[in-house]
Amino acid sequence: MDQPVAIAAEGLVKKFGEIEAVKGIDLSVRTGEIFGFLGPNGAGKSTTINILCTLMKATAGNAAVAGVDVERDPAGVRSRIGLVFQDPSLDQQLTARENLEFHAFMYNVPAAVRGQRIAEVLEMVDLADRANSIVMTFSGGMRRRLEIARGILHTPTVLFLDEPTIGLDPQTRRHIWSYLEALRDREKITIFMTTHYMDEAEYCDRIAIIDHGSIVGLGTPDELKATVGGDVVTITTADNHAAATELSERFQLAPMVDNGTLRVEVDDGAVFVPRLVRELSVPVESVAFRRPSLDDVFLKLTGRAIREEEAGPKDMLRMMGRAWGGRR
Amino acid sequence: MSETVVSAPVVRRRGAASAAWSNARAVYIIWYRDVLRYSRERAQVVASLAQPLLYLIIFGTGLSSAIGGARFGPSGANYQTFIYPGIIGMTILFTSIFGAMSVVWDREFGFLKEVLVAPIDRSAVAIGKTLGGATRAMIQGLLLLVLAPLIGVALSVGSILGIVVLAFILAFALSALGVALAARMRSMQGFQVVMNFLMLPMFFLSGALFPLSGLPDWMTILTRLDPATYGMDAMRRAVLGSAADPLGVSLFGQIVPIWLEALILIAFGLMMLALAVRSFQVRD
Repeated sequence: MDQPVAIAAEGLVKKFGEIEAVKGIDLSVRTGEIFGFLGPNGAGKSTTINILCTLMKATAGNAAVAGVDVERDPAGVRSRIGLVFQDPSLDQQLTARENLEFHAFMYNVPAAVRGQRIAEVLEMVDLADRANSIVMTFSGGMRRRLEIARGILHTPTVLFLDEPTIGLDPQTRRHIWSYLEALRDREKITIFMTTHYMDEAEYCDRIAIIDHGSIVGLGTPDELKATVGGDVVTITTADNHAAATELSERFQLAPMVDNGTLRVEVDDGAVFVPRLVRELSVPVESVAFRRPSLDDVFLKLTGRAIREEEAGPKDMLRMMGRAWGGRR
Repeated sequence: MSETVVSAPVVRRRGAASAAWSNARAVYIIWYRDVLRYSRERAQVVASLAQPLLYLIIFGTGLSSAIGGARFGPSGANYQTFIYPGIIGMTILFTSIFGAMSVVWDREFGFLKEVLVAPIDRSAVAIGKTLGGATRAMIQGLLLLVLAPLIGVALSVGSILGIVVLAFILAFALSALGVALAARMRSMQGFQVVMNFLMLPMFFLSGALFPLSGLPDWMTILTRLDPATYGMDAMRRAVLGSAADPLGVSLFGQIVPIWLEALILIAFGLMMLALAVRSFQVRD
């Protein structure tokens, strides 16, 4: 099948002195998909995105974005991509419209369509009524939306987002996602994003999980979850200790006691739960089963959980910066 | 695997001819952003006039009395009148270097990234920032011309035109120097160093506050190496008229003509600009 490729990378390596931040990454992102790059801090996410955006040179390997080689024609790549950085990059002394006008000039958007296109992208992120407000007066979520609007202003083929929702509250994060999905449908754009929020990765069409500079898992969220296999069942009983013994002896399972509940992984929760209630001698107080989450996938692939606590001091500063707006 | 590219309808792609045009547009908008921000900083603009006024009124009056009302040059300018053009030059010097530090500021606050990833040549960034800073510094310096009647300096349309041109040349040369420095700085911490080891020595050696004749040899050499010297001197001769020409800076026993001073500044500015362009072109 003739599937157009938006991003193609082969054997990307980036060394900082002795440290190998990216250790041979291969990628192929299809046109029109939302591709998530998932991993803990320091896994090599930002380095990879910086190479693809021509902000950094790869030590080895090659990559093409929108069919243009990042090494041979960086300016060609840059005119075809949109970027939303991890850290805010708006001029807060200017209005929303002035920020977009600046971008339009930098990206050579012709004067004939400039005004119309600016109105269009402001409309898309629901900021049309705030076009003439100084960005300093915007909330963190509004600034993010404006940055997304700016990222697509010059009709790029690929939009890169580096941790687009870091430091935003859950409601705003959901909001941003609805904009991104609408955007993909309307603008037929390819979205490549990094995140360390597992719940957000669910929105992606495909995910690559990166750890220590290498891709350790790749597929749709469902495919990845299928690699964990089966369901996760949580049980509380009148006597968890006795129940745990019985589960391992009679059911040949490996129960984990966690916070007053028992957790087991089984092939099919729907079949297992009735049997459990019928056959367990200890009275069952509650039982629930769920499909494995991407957290479970990550745990399995890397042997570690990815958690909020992974946010380093720099991220804490970023979040505080977002929260307080930061004078500029 | 085929690599079909979905082409975007809006953006013009770079041809050889349009590349120059898009770089010119980038220079314009980078310059325009600086001017726009400047126009919004009215309170700051007024506040930054405080320092030159302190020099003129308090330092000028104080030192004038201390030296017993000594006169300068054949026209017999008093000390306040003598330093007036120097204070205009000082304002341009400080505003240029401070202004260029906005590059570091932009880097710390992230906006520089937006500028550097744009599909334009990095030289456009250096040129735009230099012109933006120069415009601010020039206006800031020229604002002090409103004090001319108070100081007792008569200005004609012709002399004002000359002052404007010189103010721009000086502002351009110093802004280019500032941008060349700022392009290599990764944080504002380096700014103290720039201020103490560059900006202040440049100011004190420039002859803004005292004539540059009859100095010890070592200092004479240092003053002649300071590019700001030629700006201050040209500014003084433009503001005070040809009567101030005998006060002019001499090189090898000859008083340097104003046009040569302007050329020295332009050459210095272009050199610094080339350095700034090179600094911006470095990629990680």
